[in-house]
Amino acid sequence: MIQDILVSGLISSSVYALLAIGFSLIFGVARIVNIAHTAFYMLGAYLFYSLLVQLGINFAIAGLLAVAGVTALSLACYKLIIEPLREHESAVLISTIALAILFQELMLLFYGGHYLGIPSTMDGAVSIAGVSIAYQRFVILVVAFVMLAATWYLLNHTRLGLAIRATANDLEVANLMGMNVHHVALATVAFSAALAAIAGVVVAPVFVVDPYMWLGPLVTMLAIVVLGGLGSVKGSVIGAFIIGFVEAITVFAVPSGAFLKGAVALSIMVAVLLLRPQGLYGVVFEEER
Amino acid sequence: MYRLRRLWVQLRTEVLVLPSRALVLAWALVLLALPLAYTDAYVLRILTLMCLFAIFAASWDLLAGYSGQVNFGHALFFGAGAYASALLTLKLGMPPWLTVFAGTAVAALLGVAVGALCLRLRGSYLSLATLAFPLIAIGLLFAFPDFSGGELGFSGLPRLINGVVPNYYLAVVTMLVLVFSLWLLADSKFGLVLHAIRDDEVAARASGINTPRYKVMVFAIAAACAGLAGGLLAHYMRVTGPFTLETALSFQVVIWGIFGGVATIYGPVVAVFILYPVTEWFGGFQAFGERRLLLFGVIVLLVLLYMPRGLAPWVRDRIETLCPRCKQRSAAWKSHCRHCSAALAPTDRPRASGPGQA
Repeated sequence: MIQDILVSGLISSSVYALLAIGFSLIFGVARIVNIAHTAFYMLGAYLFYSLLVQLGINFAIAGLLAVAGVTALSLACYKLIIEPLREHESAVLISTIALAILFQELMLLFYGGHYLGIPSTMDGAVSIAGVSIAYQRFVILVVAFVMLAATWYLLNHTRLGLAIRATANDLEVANLMGMNVHHVALATVAFSAALAAIAGVVVAPVFVVDPYMWLGPLVTMLAIVVLGGLGSVKGSVIGAFIIGFVEAITVFAVPSGAFLKGAVALSIMVAVLLLRPQGLYGVVFEEER
Repeated sequence: MYRLRRLWVQLRTEVLVLPSRALVLAWALVLLALPLAYTDAYVLRILTLMCLFAIFAASWDLLAGYSGQVNFGHALFFGAGAYASALLTLKLGMPPWLTVFAGTAVAALLGVAVGALCLRLRGSYLSLATLAFPLIAIGLLFAFPDFSGGELGFSGLPRLINGVVPNYYLAVVTMLVLVFSLWLLADSKFGLVLHAIRDDEVAARASGINTPRYKVMVFAIAAACAGLAGGLLAHYMRVTGPFTLETALSFQVVIWGIFGGVATIYGPVVAVFILYPVTEWFGGFQAFGERRLLLFGVIVLLVLLYMPRGLAPWVRDRIETLCPRCKQRSAAWKSHCRHCSAALAPTDRPRASGPGQA
């Protein structure tokens, strides 16, 4: 049982971490509560399914194409819908909800409401310290950790990362220092949508693909982001591992835990918020008054 | 006779003089008179549901629009009202007239609890934390199916009254009374305090306002209204289930609120009365049956691109002008303010800053 908890906890945590980092970055840089974030995760999975199963493309190329397609789509959504509304925070909020519903319904229209299974792209299992993990699940871990490392490198060791951190810290001052905050926002949106799409692509062969697959991760991701502190990348990663392992422990160790996993994870979030309203690593934003 | 004449004068000077108020009056009269002329059971059923959802949406607006506590889990109160009422009716055999109010009380208590828990949270943190509460409730319902009915919930609840038209009048009258009282409340000193809390909580506290008490109170009031709507809906549809707590319902009420225009009370009601029949009507077509949510999303996006502050404020700005001197509204075609007779410039339409920034 401990093996199960470790493996499934690690896998779900790393997927959640990919999603939560993207959400956190968009919130930090553009102050958008992007409800449609996990919709991009769903779109990534569907696009991957289309390319892999319906068109029969090699899985690595299909994955890359799916991520690229979703990234392009996210940029189009941002340019066409979010940017004209930027002044009106509440309008931005419901336009992201509307976008998510729109994507859900479009997928329902094109693919139907039933579960789609993606055939395993690789067989066999790897054995680490006596615990065997199917290759397909191992790929999730590897891709997630590579992407986490890449995000860390991007944020801390490149000029774009510096600009993203500066903009998240103080938009106006970053603008005055000569950074083009619109381009920074665009780059952030593209990067986080790509992270969500990558998460969708890697989990698609393991989980099932259906038009409502964005709702469950959405809530967990929001809990993680609030737990870790809105806008904090470090907090998102740590929050993802806390929530991921709590869910795994609840599922495997508590009777009827599969129903309760969400409730337990969310209760932890509420409890942390009561003690620390800004989350674990909350960035204290200047008072927006 | 004197009272009648006084009433007529008041009606003429306070209601008919403003096109928006005249529209609201006409809408209420049409709603009340409709069954006299038209008794199609399907249409009345849709209207009944719309009235119940209008109460729900208006209660969200009091909380989110006025006090700025943008609640993403408003379905919790709706579901609490529905479940509490259903449980008391089915397990204890109490009459539904009583249990609906018991459900309202349970929802109000939950409102106090959630409000107290969220006192230290603000802005996006509050929105995202409140999203969690109905989901925790759903998890508990699924974990104890013997008590809660599990995934199916309860069916076969007794109706409050029988017949299509009496049920319709019950919903319409409840809706009109509740929405009008919410509007009065929002226009009173209480509403003013809520505006102050939303715009600047620190300044409100510095002015001697006990902001935690007001925040918990507004949570309780909004929760009670939502719970009443939930209880009435459960007894009208004769079923209750996890659908009353779903995230989709919480998002739906956010969409109604922002689409109609926040911090207006009537805005969300307008949104329900437009969006609900539109989606229902599209659902009637065979070709659209499966796609009504799709169209719903497209409509919301298009309207927002052109009226980002919501539908009701947009319409009101077109048919009424704000007096630059006394800040009272007059009909757009008047050349002078109806209160202080200051000249109104029709082209120079002042744009009040949109309230309700999350």
